[in-house]
Amino acid sequence: MEHKVIDTDDVVIRFAGDSGDGMQLTGSLFANTSAVFGNGLSTFPDFPAEIRAPKGTVSGVSGFQVHIGDHHVNTPGDFCDLLVAMNPAALKANAQWCKRSAMIIVDSDAFDESGMKKAGFVTDNPFEELHVEDRVLVVAPITSMTEESLSGSGLDFKSIHKCKNMFTLGMACFIYDRPLDYITSYIEGKFSKKHPEMIEPNVKVLKDGFNYAANLQMIPNTYHIEPAHPKKGTYRNITGNQAVAWGLLAASEKSGLPLFCGSYPITPATAILEELAIHKSLGAKTLQAEDEIAGVCTAIGAAYAGDLAVTTTSGPGLSLKTEALGLAVMAELPLVVVDVQRAGPSTGIPTKTEQTDLNQALYGRNGECPIPVIAAHSPANCFDAAFQAAKIALEHMTPVLLLSEGFLGNGSEPWLIPSMKDYPSINPPFATALPEDGKFKPFERDPETLVRRWAIPGQKGFEHRVGGLEKNHNGVLSSDPANHALMVAEREAKVQKIASFIPSLEVDGPESGKLLVVGWGGTYGHILSAVDEARKAGMEVSRAHFDYIYPVPANTGKVLSSFEKILVCELNSGQFANYLRGLYPGVEIVKCTKVQGQPFLVSEIVDAIKEAL
Amino acid sequence: MATLSFKDFKSDQEVRWCPGCGDHAVLGALQRALPKVSQALNYEKERYVVVSGIGCSSRLPYYMDTYGFHSIHGRATAISTGIKVANPQLTVWQACGDGDALAIGGNHFIHAIRRNIDINIILFNNQIYGLTKGQYSPTSKFGAITKTSPYGTVEHPFNPGSLVLGAKGTFFARSLDVELKLNEEIMTAAALHDGTSVMEMLTNCVIFNDGAHRDISAPETRADRTIVLRHGEKMIFGKDHNKGLMLDGLGLKVVTIGENGITEDDILTHDAHCHDAGIHMMLANMKFPDFPVALGVIRDVKDVTYDDGVRDQVKEVMLKSKIHCVDDLLHSGSTWEVE
Repeated sequence: MEHKVIDTDDVVIRFAGDSGDGMQLTGSLFANTSAVFGNGLSTFPDFPAEIRAPKGTVSGVSGFQVHIGDHHVNTPGDFCDLLVAMNPAALKANAQWCKRSAMIIVDSDAFDESGMKKAGFVTDNPFEELHVEDRVLVVAPITSMTEESLSGSGLDFKSIHKCKNMFTLGMACFIYDRPLDYITSYIEGKFSKKHPEMIEPNVKVLKDGFNYAANLQMIPNTYHIEPAHPKKGTYRNITGNQAVAWGLLAASEKSGLPLFCGSYPITPATAILEELAIHKSLGAKTLQAEDEIAGVCTAIGAAYAGDLAVTTTSGPGLSLKTEALGLAVMAELPLVVVDVQRAGPSTGIPTKTEQTDLNQALYGRNGECPIPVIAAHSPANCFDAAFQAAKIALEHMTPVLLLSEGFLGNGSEPWLIPSMKDYPSINPPFATALPEDGKFKPFERDPETLVRRWAIPGQKGFEHRVGGLEKNHNGVLSSDPANHALMVAEREAKVQKIASFIPSLEVDGPESGKLLVVGWGGTYGHILSAVDEARKAGMEVSRAHFDYIYPVPANTGKVLSSFEKILVCELNSGQFANYLRGLYPGVEIVKCTKVQGQPFLVSEIVDAIKEAL
Repeated sequence: MATLSFKDFKSDQEVRWCPGCGDHAVLGALQRALPKVSQALNYEKERYVVVSGIGCSSRLPYYMDTYGFHSIHGRATAISTGIKVANPQLTVWQACGDGDALAIGGNHFIHAIRRNIDINIILFNNQIYGLTKGQYSPTSKFGAITKTSPYGTVEHPFNPGSLVLGAKGTFFARSLDVELKLNEEIMTAAALHDGTSVMEMLTNCVIFNDGAHRDISAPETRADRTIVLRHGEKMIFGKDHNKGLMLDGLGLKVVTIGENGITEDDILTHDAHCHDAGIHMMLANMKFPDFPVALGVIRDVKDVTYDDGVRDQVKEVMLKSKIHCVDDLLHSGSTWEVE
């Protein structure tokens, strides 16, 4: 059979296997190789909550999807061109995501009677049973070839099996014309210190996989994806959680305040705490608290003592922190609260993504308790979003809620590394001079911004008390009705005034017309692709994305009222749409929602656009 | 440095505890102890932060002319921890009640102690919820009749001392609200101790639990029913200074000097610095009427503190790391050039 190299503009690859099969690593290495090659890319790790669910079962399947292109890639892709399934369960869980033209590679060794039974197949032809028999099927004995490849290596059975994923990675690299040098240097780096004996076997299996695919007559074509020719500069890959951590470190540097993070481990936010724990060299102090409440309360204590204070969590953890957030509002202390949203309510589906905490972020506290809410829209954007959250918190003396999502936190994309000199300074309103009477008045406000001054313990002459009880401007306890009304109004107005310090809402496309597609947070890439597709199909549609949710940008009303209809796309039952309806009752708002623990498919949004027009 | 006095720590706020409440005396002792601590350690007033949770005793920060944080129910210990880790130069004092620290805040309490963070916790133990008007607390006696236990409680109380020692506490002291001199002494010792210092103050709530500690606090019998422990001194007590504590098998017993051939030499000597908490636990658990209730500094041992650990680790990593600024961080690890 003649082998052809086909140029293509983008492909989507999905690696799937047991949660112990190393699919996350395989996918990441493929993604990083492509990034270094210069492709545009977006990734989507899709894994179960169980660390090692029963082997071979559908509930234990872990997947990693990567979308690469010769252009900027907005989403991890709806359907895949290549599915690698390490066992019958992985095939069963992922067959639905294959394009009609997809290639499916399976490890035939895993498709024995027991494997088929565990995955719940009732016939002996899994492909027919799943209606994918017409795809390009590559049935390869990956396990036995890995065993063969390492038969003389002296490694035990378990270690040999751990190298299986390198065989499939080698095959994928052949099919998509990827060089192996990035992966081999990664393997060398990973094992050089503790397990140097594992370097050679992994590299060998990787190359054997590559060569096997090259020699195999079943793979008719290979594909070449040109680099995306992005802007010149130095790039790196970054996940959303890593970017949040780094954005906070950047804000610490720009404000000159040490970073303090008090957090409790929770999926999918834990990686932020882990990342900050590494970077003590930049002065970051991390405290793994005894619970979520201690996480936020230690952070509030650190804020009072003058640090840039942060607590990171996910939905259920945010619920636990609620009372303390009210304290931070009342004490008017700067605090960044990061919520990496996951499917809820309650424990929900911890490893799956959603945007269902918006209402909690906006309203989930007792009393009149305004907290600015901002949202990150892509993995790399988490850096800027975290930086902005910290800047607003520190300059406006308020807790700020930064909403991320599991999809962003675990997802990654190439990032043109910025330079810190291009970031603004952060200037907290430190109390520097005492008034004439010599008494610091902790809740006296700047007339322009309504922000109070920040006096840090240790500062001579500024001794004062803060706390959860209502106080007057002088910091004296007060249950006076008029004073309470005034302080409630001032705390609200202080947050509203932030609208004049944030960027305007930008419209992509005509500034007025029939339809504006609106989103917030991690739906950014899907909406962008959907709007592009709709335009290619001749539809006239504009797009706007909210990074700042409370307060909304000052021009929001003007933007929304310039369109006949607003289509709000979000991964919940319509929380942002309802919020906008409350703010702008005259505007016609329709919803495009999804609550399945999964990102949108671009096609779902395109359909909603068609229907709305 | 100007010498500080009692008045320097008094704020201009009116003290609003009930007349006769034991909290007044504890506040007074603190305002008298801090000038001495400041003198001994060369501390300026602005270095003190007084933190509290919610409850009657948690109003204390308003009455101190220092930096203060009146937080939320049960969370004072977590707030204190954050303050101390953020700035180990600050001297953190915390006021909390038995409901505040041991019920809603029990988790933070034991974990602060386990970490041995350098904060000074005054635990006001009046065995009742006062501010909510008289419900039983985790230290109320078994069978206590309160508004939420009209037929008596059916649950065992915590003994704060054994809780502290069980959580690997390095400092525990106990006293009565009325023991002004002893309280100043205990507070000074707590301030000098590096690590979590817990001072249990047995306070009287005149409104909802009057006389809760009367068995041991009544002036006429106090000397016979309590023992004040001081490191290096014999464990002797009693109006006539003739009773003492001895080991009896695996436990303690009360003996009378001069009876059955017992002399002062037979009496145990208090060693607050002993790392093994065995005897400290027995002393903290002594209950009237079988034993005198132990007052004074029961345990005061040296150990590494959490705040030092955090600070030292940051310093150490800073020295070793190649990453000195965020630009270094952004370019660390795998990067690639696009020409």
